[in-house]
Amino acid sequence: MSSIKEKQLPNVLMEVKGLKKHFEVKKGYFNKQVSYVKAVDGVDITIYEGETLGIVGESGCGKSTTGEMLLGLLKPSEGVVKFKGKDMTEMSKKELRDIRKDIQVIFQDPFASLNPRMTVEELIGEPLEIHTSMTKSEIKNKVIELLEVVGLNSEQLKRYPHEFSGGQRQRIGIARALALNPKIIICDEPVSALDVSIQAQILNLLKKLQREYNLTLVFIAHGLPAVRNISDRIAVMYLGKIIEITERDQLFGEPMHPYTEALLKSIPVDHPKWRTNCEPLKGDLPNPANPPSGCTFHTRCPYAQDICKNKVPNLEEVKINHFTACHFPLKQ
Amino acid sequence: MNANTQVEQNMDVKPHHKEQSRVSKVFKQLWKSKTGTVGLVIVLCVILMAVFADIIAPYDHTETNVSARLLPPFWMEGGSFNYILGTDNLGRDVLSRIIIGSKVSLLVGIASVIVAGAIGLFLGLVSGYYGKWIDQVIMRLVDSFLAIPNILFMLIILAVIGPSLTSIIIVLGVTTWVIYARMVRSETLSIKERDYVKSARAIGASDYRIIKKYILPNVVSSFIVIATLNVATTIILESSLSFLGLGIQSPDVSWGLMLSDGRDYLATSWWVATFPGLAITITVLGIIFLGDWLRDMLDPKTKS
Repeated sequence: MSSIKEKQLPNVLMEVKGLKKHFEVKKGYFNKQVSYVKAVDGVDITIYEGETLGIVGESGCGKSTTGEMLLGLLKPSEGVVKFKGKDMTEMSKKELRDIRKDIQVIFQDPFASLNPRMTVEELIGEPLEIHTSMTKSEIKNKVIELLEVVGLNSEQLKRYPHEFSGGQRQRIGIARALALNPKIIICDEPVSALDVSIQAQILNLLKKLQREYNLTLVFIAHGLPAVRNISDRIAVMYLGKIIEITERDQLFGEPMHPYTEALLKSIPVDHPKWRTNCEPLKGDLPNPANPPSGCTFHTRCPYAQDICKNKVPNLEEVKINHFTACHFPLKQ
Repeated sequence: MNANTQVEQNMDVKPHHKEQSRVSKVFKQLWKSKTGTVGLVIVLCVILMAVFADIIAPYDHTETNVSARLLPPFWMEGGSFNYILGTDNLGRDVLSRIIIGSKVSLLVGIASVIVAGAIGLFLGLVSGYYGKWIDQVIMRLVDSFLAIPNILFMLIILAVIGPSLTSIIIVLGVTTWVIYARMVRSETLSIKERDYVKSARAIGASDYRIIKKYILPNVVSSFIVIATLNVATTIILESSLSFLGLGIQSPDVSWGLMLSDGRDYLATSWWVATFPGLAITITVLGIIFLGDWLRDMLDPKTKS
């Protein structure tokens, strides 16, 4: 089960170690007290070439912040983000801009992620204009090609974003991300703003493009069902930390962290008369400015014991390729 | 194959075609918008009036006629067609003075808004986009400008460099840029956090490109509205300068100057101040209409 990946010895595309992002919060005018919101607090991930990694977590757990740091849009407070072995946090501005060709992004809200004052042609052609020395007509032809790849047609070249539906706009966003032949695309909840029927279309499009362009995808979402279909591996985040990461079927079959278990149980079942013995998690996500001691999940964990309040569990390989950060991993 | 070449040919032809039709498209849209048309007509009339002022004006604006002091407009008792809009306290023809005065008023109104707008737009964009200490410096500068009373500030500068048309334009520009800077800054702050600016960073766009292609076009509509409204304020501000004796100097004339001259006779001879006031109102209305249309034109959403 574990080893398809190991046998092929997949190449590491990105490697993240000890990634932290702490946002300063200042209080008081005279005696400035600085406290920190620990949005991301020590994340380690390895992303292999060609895979789809799903990152799942509640709102506010730091998954989008992690995504922005992977993109190099946000400077980490601590930690290393390596792309093909090179540390992005130590790159000069120019090197970073060059590397942006390889790391692209698709945003959640297609109504907010396209400049309302640019036509489709300008939107999709812009990355080419910045990074290549193509002439205007070459760019135009490439844009038409890209439009066809994502399922739009070339007559829409001169239109503005507001003339399109949500799904079409997301396609424009995908074409824009695809323009420079990136190695990896970070998808920050790319379908959660769309109608259910459109979601499947966009997911299928992403899968198709992944095969054709040999893309690596990082797929950020707030629920497990959203990433089930598309991911090879899934990482579950809680309060700025990864608490479980393993292959998809392993995660759905044998979750080891109580939080993952709770997430799985909260998935609605297919039939109205079926019932799960689901006990919803009590309480809200604790404030990341003041996280609980020890295991940050102990305040909501049904299995919590004394050690959980005092000692922070490390992310450990409990089974082959199955990492979890829990003192008492579940046994199925 | 055949179809392909045809498509390619079509594509080569199209842009040319579009370029040509763009101008006519703009006019078509202008015609469609009623207020835009009215605005354009008014503004064109005023501009023509200013350009050909010396030819149109029936009298010289300095020509006094002591025997015809404070004559009312022609339709009132005692008025005559010699002085259609009456005469002022020195017997000068009000109509001629309005026509000649349009030169200065229009120039001062528009030029100083351009000066102020350019300063405000630039500083507002820089301040909002870069933030941090640059923002602090510019905003404290704005605060200090706001703390000094405008008129006092203008008087000091004019007293030092001496009143002339250019110095008045510069002074008015330099004192009113604050409004634009604050407005542009706050808009920039909200726009730069949007996803589409993030997406521009993600594709590696430079700061200059982001400001030019992402922020400026999205700020411009509010900017135009404020700028057109401010043409009015500026024309009136010029009149207060004239009133205090540091604006346009006689024998030159502006609408503002006429307004303040006529103030003393408002109770007895209302026409001396009312007609230049009316001229200001109509001109400003025209500019606002035109500005509204321009704003809609620049916004792809309202451009039908």
